[in-house]
Amino acid sequence: MNAPLTPRTATGAGVRADRVRVHFPTRAGTVKAVEDVSFDIHPGETFGLIGESGSGKTTLGRALAGLQPLTDGHLFYDGQAPSSLNRAQRRRQRRDHQIIFQDPHAALNPRMSIARSVMEPLDILGDGDRRQRRRVVDEALERVGLPAGIGRRYPHELSGGQKQRVNIARTLTLRPRFIVCDEVVAALDVSIRGAILNLFADLQDEFGITYAFITHDISVVSHVSDRVGVLYLGRLMEQGPAGTVCEQPLHPYTQALLSAEPLPLPSDQRDHRRRIRLQGEIPSPLNPPSGCPFRTRCPRAETRCAEQAPEWREVAPDHRVACHFAGPA
Amino acid sequence: MAHEQQESTAGQPLLAVNNLKIAFAHDAGETAITRDVSFTVGHGERVGVVGESGCGKTVTGLALLGLLPERTARVRGEILFQGRDLLKMPARELRRRRGRDISMIFQEPMSALDPVFTVGEQLIETLRAHERVSRKEARERAITALEDVGIPSPRQRLDDYPYQFSGGMRQRVMIAMALICRPRLVIADEPTTALDVTVQAQIIDLLRELSDTTGTALLFITHDLGVVAETCSRLLTMYAGEVVESAPVDSVLRRPGHPYSSGLLRSLPGLSERGGRLPSIPGRVPAPAEMPSGCRFQARCPHAADGCEQSQPLRELDGGRLARCWRGAELTLPGAVTP
Repeated sequence: MNAPLTPRTATGAGVRADRVRVHFPTRAGTVKAVEDVSFDIHPGETFGLIGESGSGKTTLGRALAGLQPLTDGHLFYDGQAPSSLNRAQRRRQRRDHQIIFQDPHAALNPRMSIARSVMEPLDILGDGDRRQRRRVVDEALERVGLPAGIGRRYPHELSGGQKQRVNIARTLTLRPRFIVCDEVVAALDVSIRGAILNLFADLQDEFGITYAFITHDISVVSHVSDRVGVLYLGRLMEQGPAGTVCEQPLHPYTQALLSAEPLPLPSDQRDHRRRIRLQGEIPSPLNPPSGCPFRTRCPRAETRCAEQAPEWREVAPDHRVACHFAGPA
Repeated sequence: MAHEQQESTAGQPLLAVNNLKIAFAHDAGETAITRDVSFTVGHGERVGVVGESGCGKTVTGLALLGLLPERTARVRGEILFQGRDLLKMPARELRRRRGRDISMIFQEPMSALDPVFTVGEQLIETLRAHERVSRKEARERAITALEDVGIPSPRQRLDDYPYQFSGGMRQRVMIAMALICRPRLVIADEPTTALDVTVQAQIIDLLRELSDTTGTALLFITHDLGVVAETCSRLLTMYAGEVVESAPVDSVLRRPGHPYSSGLLRSLPGLSERGGRLPSIPGRVPAPAEMPSGCRFQARCPHAADGCEQSQPLRELDGGRLARCWRGAELTLPGAVTP
């Protein structure tokens, strides 16, 4: 077995989502959690997925991590669909794709020591002998900035930030090439979010990992991402380079979302006129509006929006938008 | 003069909290949660309270309403509301004032509303507990209250149960309930944290408008400095059970007086260059049993020096700013924007 934490020369995985659908049948009808979503994540980049509750971002993240079967459509990792692989290859691929969750506490077994929790995936995969595994665990804990000896402690003795570092270390022991980060700093205090986000960036530089970074926090997603996709009611509204989408958004939903973010600016520097206030809330995914899903709250909506779902079109290189009336705010 | 931060109406502020110490008793003695929390809220003023989790924000808010568990909570100091000490007030009188003069909005509207009563019944019960009004009149007032917080077709929605409302609408119901008796002070504890950002923006606008039109003062507890900037005129920063800074919001954003406030502001990702390194505050809040003497922030502070081990009172800086840092006047601390 190689020393698992040596920097790799190979880059992270490239991921392609092609017309992905995830539907959940319920007694009240079918919830279309993810509906016809397509995008590419380039090897070694951070792809941000932003959306409010009910946007389908968590379901999509679980699908990307291989935890959620698709109702329709395909996912390709480095050009290969999991369905085209044999059992052993698929097992190998699974190891390459990991997910880190929002609540660092819930992701750890309270009755297991930190070292045992971090070692568990290696035990399951049967990597090396026990001593090698222990070394890998110690290296991973050290790499994420935790003090020596923390392996003997239990989750309740750690702060939220430390627990999230443990979860990162556990993932790192597998040398993943693609990690889905689902709201990984949302449960942490503002004061330590920066340190955790820096750690993710460092690990990406060092190991070439590809990230899908899922969050509702615009300032976080715009800071960490190379490219972003904006989800609303299970559909992509806009997608493009982070700087373009966050600074010159073309979809009215993206524009409203960005303008709704409360800014820590003094009163004389805040421009109230530019604020777009959306009426109402995200409709139920059980009964989404016809045509464009955003039309019920959209300041630009016209009859056409109810009759005809907007096409997912490329308006500039790598800048896509689903809106009949896309344009600057 | 510098010390006029309470501004406005003649003489006394609406609320003056002096040396509030809150501890919880247990088998092994007492654990102190806050120490020397002192601040004021003027009539109609909107004051934000920020700090990391565990700094004592929520406990302070609950103490103001007398909502801490009586058997274990030890609350010392003074809470002067309209000049009278709530801590010395007989339970009956406190109960009469709570909900009428001071009320509270909680983070989770679903757990704060009773699921087995309609929204109307809960609004009417609140009103009739404090005012002698007929059922019919109370019903009309409840409809008006729902209308004021922007709930469409309030006359019909009055007879709906909480589960029939969306998250944002439920929080509007909570606000209607908090305001139905026209209180002088509303304590809002993370009222928008559970909401989506587009809905949060609606609720922030609503709270600001209602406070403007009714003259109700607001104590806005939050972890989000952006929310404070959009809602409040003054900011209290709490750290490890103490108020470490009290200053006008605009001045804190430009030039914080305490290194902790500065650290919180600089940690916001929106203020750093895209993809660059993000600042953060190293370490964590000391556990109550390990509280250092002197400045409680010193172990995490980039400006710690000899002298920080001395006990730190809230000191007056210029422009109505108070900071619990003996170096506060000498340091030029970065804020959210360049001054």
